Amino acid sequence: MEVFLVTLLNGLVYGMLLFMLASGLTLIFSMMGVLNFAHASAFMLGAYFAYTISLVAGFWVGLLVAPILCGLIGAGIEKFGLRRVHRNGHVAELLFTFGLALVIEKAVQMTWGLLAVPYRIPAELDFPLFSIYGTHFHAYRAFMLLVSAAMFGTIWLALTRTRVGLVIQASLTHPEMARALGHDVPRVFTLVFASGMALAGLAGVIGGNYQTTSPSMAVTMGPIVFVVVVFGGLGSLTGCFIASLLMGLIQTFAVVLDYSVADLLGKLGLEITKASPFGELLTMPLPRIGALLPYALLVMILWLRPRGLMGTRDT
Amino acid sequence: MSTRKSSTLRWWIAGLALALALPWFFFDWTTQRHSGFALTMFSEIGLVIVFALSFNMQMGQAGLLSFGHAILFGLGGYCTAHALNAIKAAGVWFPMELVPLAGGLGGLGFGVVFGYIATKQRATAFAMITMGLGELVGAAALMFMGFFGGESGIPTDRVIDASLFGASYSAPWQVYYLVVAWMFVSMILMRLHTQTPLGRMANAQRDNFERTQFVGYDPQLIRFWQFVASGFFAGIAGALYAILYEIVTFDSLAAAKSSTALLAAYIGGTGGFFGPVLGAILVVLLQSGLSLLSNSWVMYVGVLFIVMVMYAPGGIAGILAGHAPIARIGRLRELALPYVRILLPGLLCVFGFVLLVELTSFMTIGAAQGKAFKIGAMTIDPKGAPAWLLGAGALVLGGAWLRFESRGFARVWNALIDAAKAAEEAGK
Repeated sequence: MEVFLVTLLNGLVYGMLLFMLASGLTLIFSMMGVLNFAHASAFMLGAYFAYTISLVAGFWVGLLVAPILCGLIGAGIEKFGLRRVHRNGHVAELLFTFGLALVIEKAVQMTWGLLAVPYRIPAELDFPLFSIYGTHFHAYRAFMLLVSAAMFGTIWLALTRTRVGLVIQASLTHPEMARALGHDVPRVFTLVFASGMALAGLAGVIGGNYQTTSPSMAVTMGPIVFVVVVFGGLGSLTGCFIASLLMGLIQTFAVVLDYSVADLLGKLGLEITKASPFGELLTMPLPRIGALLPYALLVMILWLRPRGLMGTRDT
Repeated sequence: MSTRKSSTLRWWIAGLALALALPWFFFDWTTQRHSGFALTMFSEIGLVIVFALSFNMQMGQAGLLSFGHAILFGLGGYCTAHALNAIKAAGVWFPMELVPLAGGLGGLGFGVVFGYIATKQRATAFAMITMGLGELVGAAALMFMGFFGGESGIPTDRVIDASLFGASYSAPWQVYYLVVAWMFVSMILMRLHTQTPLGRMANAQRDNFERTQFVGYDPQLIRFWQFVASGFFAGIAGALYAILYEIVTFDSLAAAKSSTALLAAYIGGTGGFFGPVLGAILVVLLQSGLSLLSNSWVMYVGVLFIVMVMYAPGGIAGILAGHAPIARIGRLRELALPYVRILLPGLLCVFGFVLLVELTSFMTIGAAQGKAFKIGAMTIDPKGAPAWLLGAGALVLGGAWLRFESRGFARVWNALIDAAKAAEEAGK
């Protein structure tokens, strides 16, 4: 039971982190049709910027400045790159962001080195907040939850209560109509792209020291964020939210439950060893299969239900 | 039409002759030996050409952008390694020349499985499914020891003492000629495939999805068979890889390998048949040549790729083909001076960029490896300001100059294209 509660909380923290990444990508993907490969790169850049800034000015300045830097980079990419490529269609845009992700990864390796950097949790938040049945819940995790919840609230308010938010919502479903009504849709695109990248940067700032800040963090995070976006469905932030939490919980629980299919069959009286047919697959413990789970989900959803959980149209 | 056909035939023969002669340019007469590095690199070029062309069967011909093409390549390689080991263990006589078929059939088989799943969708959804499949197989390769051998991979031995021509394949040059032979067979088959009804309908469903259905074809089925055919050739490329390196590891089906195919095909040009060949040659040359000199070849290839996507979506082949109308009116010579004029600032730009990249890289990766930044006998201190200023200055100055010159180039170019169009109109 205590394992369950702690894992639930950890899954929630991870899920909210995923949502911070995925919400921006969902908006970008739904509005512009661009599957942004460089999105996870912004996550990585956010973590690295925050690390460098934290060496000079401390964590809290980094929390503020790093996302802004990522947002500016995003605005530049949209205005000077994507808009130009847009004429050649969606595949060209996809390839453009793919190339960017490659170059950014290499640039990060060149600037900060091939190994992980020691980006640490700020000392102010480095204490156990409370403990459940003897297991500590770290204050920094509570802080992550707080930040992501605040971000979720801000996005929701901005989308439903402000004029720009309404235009964004309109461009989500009817881009041509929104343009016909005289709204500057390209500028809205730039804004959404930049804010999406800034959010990903923010996720990097608070996620980089929670996980590890290394040049491979974009490559490992990228596909998982794609899974969340597809799972949640195009054009639906709510779907994205649910998918993020689900994915967070699935991945966290898969690590904790150290069983295999063979154990389950063993309970039913079937003895399975590595030598029996499919033995290697059946005796594989769940934590190891858990790593495959997001990709298997991605393939299954696109194959069987490309609309996703709450999507308004097919991917 | 007949003159065009004979001229393409001439190109094929010239290519074959060049491929056959190539090792002898790197033959050391004093030691009577071929350069091992050059032969391995040329063999690598040969198999990457097959790999990139098989990728283009999906991307160029059928409009299917795949991010997981290497799984077909890698699985073909694993099948070949297992087949070679099985032949060796069983002691049966099976000629080495036919072993790549094992990889091809492996790629074909896995193409059926993955194609069934992936080709249900097209465009972005197809790209994402293939990415998911790529990650899935890549992760599975590290988990399942039996087939994939985990991190150490499956080692094999290409010397099986069975050949149609009495070759032992212990010498690199014999392997190179095996690769060349299979490369040309695959290229001819792939070229012929573009003329078959399947190849034609793949183009049709790429260009107009709905009308293909009206004509009575099932686009999903076309995509499926195109995927399977492409899997066969990717498997052959993987088989050549297994034979060349005598080991297959999970790198051969990882995402980086998939991007190699994508980069090669796109930089070369996906519009025509021969684009990926040019791209494969360029990418492998950059990869093998630059990786000796620099840590950052991915950076250069990546930037080249982005520049191509932004400014020349037709790739190198597209740029070359753009000159054809001007060549037809015989005024290609007028472009020489404008080319020289944009080449100079272009080179300055490249110089500045490369210098900056190398300086950055030597600050971190180079320092970690304990290397010093040397150009000839001159050692450059990456922490010193002069080199950085020189690089930044060259990049900024070259960029501004290039911007200025490119306007002049565009003027000349547009005038010539207009003249070519007018001549064509008059000819009609």
